[in-house]
Amino acid sequence: MKNLFSSLNFDQQTIVTILFAVLFVVFAFWLPGFTSTGNLLELVRSVSVLGILGLGMAIVVIGRGIDLSMIATLAVPASLVMTLAASGYHPAVAIGAGLLFAIATGILNGVLVAYAEIPALFTTLAVGIGVAGIGQSGMFEYDIVAWPPALDSIAWIGRGKIFGLPYSILAFGVAALAVHIFLKKTRLGFFIYALGDNLAAARISGIRVRPIIILQYVICAVIALFAGLVLAASAHSMDTRIFNLTWIYDVILVVVLGGIGLSGGRGGVMNVIVGTLLIGTIVNGMTILNVSYQGQNLVRGLVLLTALMIDSILNPRNEETAKQGDI
Amino acid sequence: MKRYKSLAMATAALAAMAIGSVATAQQSMEDPAREGYYSALKGKKVVFVPVFMGLDLTEGWSKLMATQAEALGYDYEVRNSNFNTAAGAQTITSLISEKPDVIVVQNPDVQSYARLLKRAEDAGIAVIQLNMKTNILTTGFVGADVIAIGEAQAKAAAEVCGGGDTPGKILVLAGPPTSPFSAYMLRGYENILNDRDDVEIVSVQSTGAYESTKAKSITQVVVQQHPDLCATLGVWDAPDIGTAAALAEAGLTDQVFVSTSGGGGELACKGIREDMWDHYVSYDVPGQGRDLNALISQALQDTNEVGARKTVLYTPLVEFDKSNVDEQSCWTLDSLK
Repeated sequence: MKNLFSSLNFDQQTIVTILFAVLFVVFAFWLPGFTSTGNLLELVRSVSVLGILGLGMAIVVIGRGIDLSMIATLAVPASLVMTLAASGYHPAVAIGAGLLFAIATGILNGVLVAYAEIPALFTTLAVGIGVAGIGQSGMFEYDIVAWPPALDSIAWIGRGKIFGLPYSILAFGVAALAVHIFLKKTRLGFFIYALGDNLAAARISGIRVRPIIILQYVICAVIALFAGLVLAASAHSMDTRIFNLTWIYDVILVVVLGGIGLSGGRGGVMNVIVGTLLIGTIVNGMTILNVSYQGQNLVRGLVLLTALMIDSILNPRNEETAKQGDI
Repeated sequence: MKRYKSLAMATAALAAMAIGSVATAQQSMEDPAREGYYSALKGKKVVFVPVFMGLDLTEGWSKLMATQAEALGYDYEVRNSNFNTAAGAQTITSLISEKPDVIVVQNPDVQSYARLLKRAEDAGIAVIQLNMKTNILTTGFVGADVIAIGEAQAKAAAEVCGGGDTPGKILVLAGPPTSPFSAYMLRGYENILNDRDDVEIVSVQSTGAYESTKAKSITQVVVQQHPDLCATLGVWDAPDIGTAAALAEAGLTDQVFVSTSGGGGELACKGIREDMWDHYVSYDVPGQGRDLNALISQALQDTNEVGARKTVLYTPLVEFDKSNVDEQSCWTLDSLK
């Protein structure tokens, strides 16, 4: 059983890796300066926040859920941290409050999905709108919250470099490693695969699935807060309006493109990294080429479609591979 | 002698009477315009449909409109479209049947609301467009002449980058492609820069929905390609926080001339003082609020057919940089009265 899954992963992941390699070689050949160290670091840096978000989403998707509230959980708790710090609270208190907010959001998602058994799609959509609404209804003076000087002691997580390596890339790396260890080396991580693969079987074999479902949304929310702080530190501000943008689709895109099926139970950190790098390469190359905004969206859509088409040709759905709940 | 005395008495009495009667006339008088003015405004309804509340611009305008509404006794209401054009169109559609007296609308792009605004005017609702203009004219427009902002920014950049000492490379960071603040602004940049051989636009990129993170990554990619970049022209101050952050991280703050524009709020002065930006073109939100309130008041008093007269009020622009930033009164929400 496990062999079957890993071979499936391998296929989807390989397709995207090959696509990434082809694009990379084409850009390296045609675009002067594309392969310079500075540009390659910039390529990864520009998608590191997306990658961190992808890691959180991956945990939930592997457990056969989805978290559409992630962008709201990225924006609002992080803005809360900044607002509290700006109004004189100690950074630790501010971060603690943000963390509590994020965890509460995760628990709310988890309880509604695990105990009330409302489909994750609707639960997290509603919770996301709610959290964004709390943020927009007067929690902050403006929708764009500035990074306060009081938090400059932790601003390095999104700015600057260590030994030439931007800290945001490092943050992505650390998060990737942590999530990888959690998923592959801990029992809880294994349980997430188990319940994502077959919830009923996992429950029959003695796993307490509901608390684990809650846990997976809590981890996702905490990762979103972390990504939010990296993003805010990097851009010197947090625009709470990003909930209204299409970011959440980019996050799902990275996860699915990398080969983590929405039906759950498969995939890992490598899939997220490959998906993120592919998106990063496309955006970076097209920015260098000075392709227009509409053009970039078009190309991104085409690349995604290509990946999905190749996948469905090489791995046609059949009764063995298609599962109930596959979107 | 006695005769003179009585004459003097009479004169004095006359003078006193004259003074007295003047004093009576100075006591009070009715201003004939007043009653008509206040009764024309009382109980009327004005609705503001912004692209997004929660920005210094929209909150500032809204506060000024609400203040006048309260003083003059008409209803004022905000229907936020939350950066969702479809929701905004829906709002305007339902307003057409609700029939307020005036709709103040900020257009997300040059096209989407155009027909709806015409329908609203046909239904007898005066439409005042605010700062972001669609491609049709309605009862009023208050806001910046965006092409003029673009020209002012481009002139400042060309002055720094022209002359042949540097390759004169310029990066343009626009907003959403169909937004008036992208389309018209680009025209302004082109008007100045296309005639110059000593400067060159190396990249024109959209920051999506004015996202500072996007501005930051674009700037970082472009300075990798063009380490000798000379200037950036940004359409709005909020995303250009990201532009400045990218340049600071690349150690290019001193080399690259950053020109941006916005409503001249506290962020404007802060950005110039802290060397985030080198040049700022302000469209002066308090001034716009005054113009806007005047147009609202005019529309409410107007007894002619709606749309018979169309007034465009371009806001006088204020340019500043580090040398004169201290003379600017960058407003905050609390300072708006």
